[in-house]
Amino acid sequence: MRDVGIVSFAQSNALREVRNEVEILLPVVKEAVKQSGLARTEIDFTCSGSSDFLQGQPFAFVMALDGVGAWPPIKESHVEMDGAWALYEAWVKIQTGEVESALIYSFGKTSPGDLAEVLALQLDPYCVTQLWPDADSVAGIQARLYLSRARKSERDLAEVAARSRRDARANPHAVAKGDFDVEKLLAEPYRTSPLRDHDCPTNSDGATAMVIAAGDLARELAKRPVWIRGIDHRIDPPALGVRDLTRAPSAQIAASKAGVGRDKIDFAELDAPYSHQELILCEALGLRPDVRINPSGGSLCTRALFSCGLNRIGDAFARIASGDGDRAVAHATQGHCLQQNLVCVLEGE
Amino acid sequence: MSDDRAPIKSITTPVRLEYDFTAGQAATLFLRGLAQKKIIGARTGPGQPVLVPPRGADPRTSELAQEAVEVSDKGTVVTYSVIRVPSENIKFDLPYVCVNVLLDGAAIGFFHVLQNCPLDKVRIGMRVRAKWVSDDKLAPTVASIEYFEPIDEPDVPYEQIKENT
Amino acid sequence: MANLCGVIGIGQTKYDAKRIDVSMPGLLREAALRALEDAQLTFADIDAVVIGKAPDMFEGVMLPENYLADAIGATGKPLLRVHTAGSVGGSTANVAISLIQAGLHERVLTIGWEKQSESNAMWGLSLSPPFSVAVVAGAGGYFAPLIHAYIERSGAPEDTGIRTALKDRQNALKNPYAHLQIPDIDFDKIANSPMLWDPIRYLESCPSSDGACAMVLATEKLAERAPTPPAWVHAMAMRSEPNQFPGRDAVNPAAGRKAAADLYKQGRISNPRKEIDCAEIYVPFSWFEAMWMENLGFAPENEGWKMVYEGATALDGDLPVNMSGGVLSSNAIGASGMIRYAEAAMQVRGQAGEHQVDGARKTLGHAYGGGSQYFSMCLFGKDKP
Repeated sequence: MRDVGIVSFAQSNALREVRNEVEILLPVVKEAVKQSGLARTEIDFTCSGSSDFLQGQPFAFVMALDGVGAWPPIKESHVEMDGAWALYEAWVKIQTGEVESALIYSFGKTSPGDLAEVLALQLDPYCVTQLWPDADSVAGIQARLYLSRARKSERDLAEVAARSRRDARANPHAVAKGDFDVEKLLAEPYRTSPLRDHDCPTNSDGATAMVIAAGDLARELAKRPVWIRGIDHRIDPPALGVRDLTRAPSAQIAASKAGVGRDKIDFAELDAPYSHQELILCEALGLRPDVRINPSGGSLCTRALFSCGLNRIGDAFARIASGDGDRAVAHATQGHCLQQNLVCVLEGE
Repeated sequence: MSDDRAPIKSITTPVRLEYDFTAGQAATLFLRGLAQKKIIGARTGPGQPVLVPPRGADPRTSELAQEAVEVSDKGTVVTYSVIRVPSENIKFDLPYVCVNVLLDGAAIGFFHVLQNCPLDKVRIGMRVRAKWVSDDKLAPTVASIEYFEPIDEPDVPYEQIKENT
Repeated sequence: MANLCGVIGIGQTKYDAKRIDVSMPGLLREAALRALEDAQLTFADIDAVVIGKAPDMFEGVMLPENYLADAIGATGKPLLRVHTAGSVGGSTANVAISLIQAGLHERVLTIGWEKQSESNAMWGLSLSPPFSVAVVAGAGGYFAPLIHAYIERSGAPEDTGIRTALKDRQNALKNPYAHLQIPDIDFDKIANSPMLWDPIRYLESCPSSDGACAMVLATEKLAERAPTPPAWVHAMAMRSEPNQFPGRDAVNPAAGRKAAADLYKQGRISNPRKEIDCAEIYVPFSWFEAMWMENLGFAPENEGWKMVYEGATALDGDLPVNMSGGVLSSNAIGASGMIRYAEAAMQVRGQAGEHQVDGARKTLGHAYGGGSQYFSMCLFGKDKP
């Protein structure tokens, strides 16, 4: 396998944007390209992730093309998935030897639609969607099962939430942040038991962009290239009653293939939109208790759907690049209840 | 246990999703202009091509195109088609003509409908002008322009607009 | 550096206006199981799955591949979902091919599909971006003005489109999977069919179809041992450009020309017209055949229509195009691009039955999408490159 390194990353996140998608994306892409040291036309491949139903627009990704430098014509592709999978496609392209560098971007505006209703369309269309289960309630079912199986408590969940928000204070891009007292959090009413507001994601509007490059090029471009030592993704069956919702087998397989267990991990950025899912993932990824989780605040604090997975990977890159850690796990998820998971291991030079 | 009923072949699930779109700066410029009977385009800077409607960026350079420039509501038809397919979005009687109009001052075509022109007189190069709704109906919406109609000006030779077709 | 990739299994569903006899999983499995059978494999032999389709509004299910994961044998495996508008069938195959070329997997299943009768494709295609004018209904309304521009430039005779439509519809009669099969089709029937978006008539337009197309891709070593000789991937290319900007040529887009040039360079083709035996290209409205002949470098600029007139693109011509009946005969939007690739691959494997071009050794599969702005293409060969 060729060495592939992340050389730059940029993001934009807000609770609600008045700018449209192109306007949000353009400066983020520009920033990532600028930081990379490559001219836009020198980047061989472009790949993005986004969702039509999230945006309320068929072909939503087409309008984004205006803002990302598609003239003269570019080698470009798009996945109807989180940008993390666009990163995967770009990484594969470099492995084929066809390209040496790639620009990856994603955007997600959760504010236009009613996310609870939109995500109900991501269930079994014959037997489940018609019940219009909202995403939080579906996650709540998983949370209830997990607390029971793992003998964890709502306090454990509140602690994840409080810690995330506290850490997010140091992250200028995080949307939810602050000092929250666990007792006070536990005194709040349920949103959908056993989940309270703080256990649920802070849905936001945002965009992310990243530039990756093969071996020698990455070394030329970055003072400290952050290598993608391993990257893999897997999916579990969809039906909520078919699998053990308290575990994430696909995350476990992906982690193993990505080489998570091979060496010491300093921190992990996990795309866990619900507090209990962080605990499920830590178990699935085999992360030891001394590994710092989501120093950025994670997807609990900032979740521009379809961009947040790539955001976690980017946050991990930025931390290593700045010298705060050498080896990290970054994760992205898709589908209800951690159905599909991507895991990568990043290591600074 | 046997079931004599006919098997279920399909189910109908009505779906209704409401989205609250934000216009963004580019569309806002444009829509506010329409409320004032103006067609506003945008460019990245002086001397640069004016894009109508504004889209936020100039696609050739991906630079932010936010400088507002008013263009004429007169223009040249650079291509067209006679439409005979109904759609619930469209209120015009069939057949109607859709046109791509290069408004004077703009660098890209503006898609709209042509009315008050016999079908056999529609041609590339003809001159047209926007027909606005009555003043009391003007609003920040594209519906402020009802349609385009021919005006009495000489056709523009194909050679001059070839690049825009 | 790229590993060689071979197509060792191909499967298609019968395309139809409404495949009410199958659910979504049923539709995909019909194609997937046929492809696996062709390769004499089962789902268990597949290492990764790449799915492609067009906007989810066409089925009313968001990210349906998440729902379909176990139906198509993807449990515990990597699953990717590609969406590049109309070209998606092609770009999906491109991504799947990359997985083999990168040496990541030994056998990849790729499926392009659409069950657009579940929702309403016409509505889905007519949703205009917010704050803009809903001027036309359907893709034909968007493309008709471009065709007018082509006619103006090239001086092509008015019935050029009818001739292409006639050829494709006659070819469809030789393809058991095709959706539209009109046994008594002739020139007049097409010429007299209702005009939809001038100059596109009803019988010059693609239908709206449900369907899926699947391919099994394998590494060189496994492809060599496959039960039917593989179609070797000689080259693949893709390019995109924005859909509207000053000076844009939307009739003969640069992205298409550049993708073709890239493809020919990789495939060491210096004279495409001579060296390529036949092609499956994305023609949703008849006139696009003439236009794409130019865009793909088979004919000089403004002369693509001559190839149609000369009969060059007929099944017995010197460069048969859309032997399967093409998109004009079956258009499950998410599948159409992959059907082009699959049909092109079938030709070099000698699997095309009644619409087989004798001795086809090098074939082209092509797809485009959006405002003629996304292009994917692939070159298949009977022999290794």
